[in-house]
Amino acid sequence: MTLRDFLLMRQELLLIVATLLILSAEIFRDPEKKRSPDLFALILFAIVTFAGFLPSETGTLFGGMYEVTDTRLIMKNILNAGVLIVLLQSVSWLGRKEYEGRTSEYHIILLSTLAGMDFMISAGHFLMFYIGLELATIPLAALVAYDRFSNKSAEGGIKLILISALSSGILLYGLSMIYGTTGSLYFDEVARLFRNGNLEILAFIFFFSGMAFKISIVPFHLWTADVYEGAPVNITSYLSVISKGAAAFIFIIVLFRVFPVIIESWQKLIYVTAVLTMTIGNLFAIRQQNLKRFLAFSSISQAGYLLLGFIGGTQTGMASVIYYILVYVFSNLGAFGVVAAISNSSGRENIGDYNGLYRTNPGLSLVMLLALFSLAGIPPFAGFFGKFFLFTAAAQKGYYILVLIAVLNTIISLYYYLLVVKAMFIVKNETPIGSFNSDLPTKIALGICVAGIVIIGFAGIIFEMIRNSSFGV
Amino acid sequence: MDILTLFVVIPVLTMAGIILVKDLNRVRVAAAVGMGIQLLLSALLIFLYVSARNGGNTDEMLFVRDLVWFKTFNIHYTVGVDGISVAMIALTSLVVFAGIFASWEVDFLTKEFFVSLILLATGVFGFFISLDLFTMFLFYELAVIPMYLLIGIWGSGPKEYSAMKLTLMLMGASAILLLGILGIYFNSAPAGGQLTFNIQEIARHTIPMQAQYLFFPMTFVGFGVLGALFPFHTWSPDGHSSAPTAVSMLHAGVLMKLGGYGAFRVAIYLMPEAAHELSWIFIILTSISVVYGAFGAIVQKDLKYINAYSSVSHCGLVLFAILMMNKTALNGAVIQMISHGLMTALFFALIGMIYGRTHTRMINEMGGLMKIVPFLSVAYVIAGLASLGLPGLSGFVAEMTVFVGAFQHPDLFHRVVTIVAITSIVITAVYILRVIAILLLGPSTNEHYDHLRDARWYEKVSVVTLITFIAIIGMAPFLLTSLLSTGIQPIIDKILAYAQF
Repeated sequence: MTLRDFLLMRQELLLIVATLLILSAEIFRDPEKKRSPDLFALILFAIVTFAGFLPSETGTLFGGMYEVTDTRLIMKNILNAGVLIVLLQSVSWLGRKEYEGRTSEYHIILLSTLAGMDFMISAGHFLMFYIGLELATIPLAALVAYDRFSNKSAEGGIKLILISALSSGILLYGLSMIYGTTGSLYFDEVARLFRNGNLEILAFIFFFSGMAFKISIVPFHLWTADVYEGAPVNITSYLSVISKGAAAFIFIIVLFRVFPVIIESWQKLIYVTAVLTMTIGNLFAIRQQNLKRFLAFSSISQAGYLLLGFIGGTQTGMASVIYYILVYVFSNLGAFGVVAAISNSSGRENIGDYNGLYRTNPGLSLVMLLALFSLAGIPPFAGFFGKFFLFTAAAQKGYYILVLIAVLNTIISLYYYLLVVKAMFIVKNETPIGSFNSDLPTKIALGICVAGIVIIGFAGIIFEMIRNSSFGV
Repeated sequence: MDILTLFVVIPVLTMAGIILVKDLNRVRVAAAVGMGIQLLLSALLIFLYVSARNGGNTDEMLFVRDLVWFKTFNIHYTVGVDGISVAMIALTSLVVFAGIFASWEVDFLTKEFFVSLILLATGVFGFFISLDLFTMFLFYELAVIPMYLLIGIWGSGPKEYSAMKLTLMLMGASAILLLGILGIYFNSAPAGGQLTFNIQEIARHTIPMQAQYLFFPMTFVGFGVLGALFPFHTWSPDGHSSAPTAVSMLHAGVLMKLGGYGAFRVAIYLMPEAAHELSWIFIILTSISVVYGAFGAIVQKDLKYINAYSSVSHCGLVLFAILMMNKTALNGAVIQMISHGLMTALFFALIGMIYGRTHTRMINEMGGLMKIVPFLSVAYVIAGLASLGLPGLSGFVAEMTVFVGAFQHPDLFHRVVTIVAITSIVITAVYILRVIAILLLGPSTNEHYDHLRDARWYEKVSVVTLITFIAIIGMAPFLLTSLLSTGIQPIIDKILAYAQF
C-alpha cells in the first residue's frame, strides 16, 4: 500500500489507531487516577472527527472493494459528529461508581462499531459491506448489556444479538442468491448483470429484509422498543441515531447503485413499508410512558419518513435523505441528551416524571422543546426543512397520496410530542424533578445539538453541498 | 437591510431584549418599545408605499427583495408588498401593540409570555411580506405553534384541551396546505423550465386544469381552516375562549386573517379557473359559517364564546367575499379583515379587562357595568356597534362593500346566498344588543362588583388605539380603499382573464 492508499482510508485507520491507543493506555494506566481515560478517548475522537473534515481525495482501494466518494465522506462526517455528541453525553454517566475501571471498554467497543460502520459505508463489494455490518452490530450487543446489574439491559443485549444474527442470516441468504444470479459481488458488476427475474427479486427481498431489521422498518421493528428500553440511555441514543443512520446511508447507496434495474419492484416495496412504518411507529408512540420506548417508536416513524426520500430514486431524494439524517442526528441526540441527563441525575424516565420540569430545569426543558419541535417538523427548526425536502422529493415523482399519508402522520407525531411539552411546561406538579446542574460535557453536547437544530435549516449551502455529491438511479 | 425584512428582524431583536432584561417591569417595557418601533415602522411603510405609488411606480409589488435560499428547489427568500399586505401589516402592528398593553398584568412567567406572543407576531409579519410559497408556509407554521404554549400555560378553563385541539386542527390544515403548495410548485412551469415557489412568477402561467381541480380545494381548505371555514371552525370558539386576552386579540384579530389573505393570494390568484368552477361549494360552506356563527353567538353565555362565534361569522364573511371574485367584493373582503381585526381585538381586550375585575365572563352573573366602569362599558358599546355595522364605524363600510359586491352577480345562486348571508346582520344585532342590555345597562346584580376600578392608563392606551382606527376607517374608508386598489387589480385581472375566455 502506498501513502495515498493510507490517506484514502484515513477515517478508518485513525479510528483504529485511536481504539488501539485507548487500549494501550488502559494497560499502562495508573489505577489511582480515575477519570483520565474518558478525557483521553474524547480528545482522540475529537481529533478523528476534525481530521474527517479535511479535504480528501476520492478513489478506490483493494480492487474496488473499498471506495471513497464525496457522498461517503459526508456520510462519515455526519456519523462522526453524532458520535462525538454521544461521547460527550456519556461522560457523566460513565462517571458512576459501578463503571469504575470499565470505561475504556465502552470507548473501545463504541469506536470499533463506528469503524465497522465506516467500512460498511465505504464498501464497493457485498462482502466488504457484510464484514462492516457485522463489526458494526455484534459489539453493540455488548454495549446494550453494558449495565451488568440490570436484567433489562442483559435482556436487551440478548435480544439484539439474536435479532442481528437472524437478520444477518437473511441478508447473507440474499447475498448468496445475488451471487448465484450474477456471479459477482462487486456493486458495479452486480448492477450491470442484474436482471428483472424472479430469483433476482427474491434475492433483493432477502437483502431488503436484512436491511429493514437494521433500520427497524415495520414489520421488522419488533426488537426496537425492548432493546432501546433495556439499554443505557446513551447506548439507546447511539443505536437510534448513529447505527440507524449508518444503515440507512449504505442502504440508499446500494439501492440506487446496484438495483436500478428493478426500481419498479422496490418502489412498491418501499411504498408499503413506508406507510406501515410511519403509521405504526406513530400510533404506538402515543401510548408509551417510558421516554426511551417513546423515542424508540418515534424513531421508527422517523425511519418511515426517511423512506419517502428513497422512493423516487432521484438525486434530490438521496440528498434529502442524507440531509434528514444530519438533522435527525442533532434533533434526536438533543432529545436523548436531555433524557440521559435526567435519567442520570434522578433515575426517572417516564413522561409523568417530567411534569413541571420547566420550573426546576428551564434549560433542559427548552432543549427538549427545540428537539421535539425539530423532530415534529416545526419551523424554523431544521426538522421542518428536512421533512419538507423529503416530501418534495416524493411529490416530484407524483407520490402525492404517500405525501398526504406522511403529512397526516406528522400531525399524529405532533400530538405525542406535544404531550411531552405539555408535561414539561403546562402540567402543575408539587414535586417535580429537582433542580440540578449538568456537567460541562453534557452542556457542550446539548449546545452543539441546539446549534445544529437552529442553524442547519437556515444554511442553505449545507443542503447544496450534500445535493452536489448525491446521485440518482 | 430592506424595510420589509426589518419587520421580521425587529420582533426577533425584541425577543432577545426581553430575554436579556431582568425584572418584570423592564420585560413589559422592552416588549412595548419593540412593538412601538414596529408600529412606527409600519407607519413609515405606509408613507413610503403611498409616496412610491404617487411617484408613478406601477410595479405589482414594491420593495421587492430576492435572495436565493435553496438553489436545488429554487426556494428563495422573496419579500415584497402591495397595498393589501401593507394594510395587513399595519393592522398586525396595531393589534400586537394593543395586545402588549392589554397583557400588562400577566405576572406568571412573564418573560416567556411576551417572547411567545412576539414569536407569534413574527410569524404573522413574515407571512404578510412573503412572496415565496415556501417562506410563506414557514411563517404560517411559525405563527401557529406558539399558540399551544400561550393557551396551554397562560389560558383559562379547559385550556389543555383547547390548546391541543387548536394546534392539531391548524397543523392538520397546514399539512393539507403543504400538499397544495407542493402541487402548485410541481405545476408551476407547465411549459417546461425552472419550477418555482414565487407567487408572481407562477401567476404568469396557467396551472393545468387537472392540477387546479386537485390542488385548489386543498389550498383553499388549508387556509380556510384558519379562517374558520365551516365545518372546520370548531377550534376557534374553544381556542379563543381559553386563550389569555392578548392571544385572543392577536389570534382572532390577525391570525385568522392569514386564512383569508392566503385564500385569495394563493388559492384564488394562482388557480382562478378551478376557483370559478368550484367556488359554489365553498360559497355554500362560508354562508353557513356566516349564519351559523351568528346563531351560535346568540345562545352563548360566556362573553368570550360570544365573541369567538361572532368571529366565525365575520371571518366567514371574509371568505365569502373572496369567493365572489369581483373587485367590489374583494375590496370588501380586505376591509372586513381589517375592520374585524380591529374590532375583535377591541372586544377581546375589553372582555379580558372586565374578566380581570370580576373574575367571571358569564353575562348573567354581571350587570349594570355602565355605572361602575363607564370607560370600559362605552368602549364595549362602540365595539358592539362597529360589529353590528353601524354607519360611521368600520364594520358598516366592510359589510356594505361585501354585500354590494356579492349582489353584483346576476344569477340566482349568488343572489340567494347573498341574501342568506345578509340575514347575519340582523342576528348580529341581536346578540350584540343582548349583551349590552344585560351586561352594561341592566340592573347591578352583584354588590361585589360595585367598587370596581375603571381602566388604568395602559388599558386606555390599548383601547383608545383600536377605537381610533375603527372610527378612521368608518369615517374615511377611501384612505384604505385607495391603498388597496393597486393590490387588488392584478388579482382581478387574472380572474377576469379566465372569465372572458
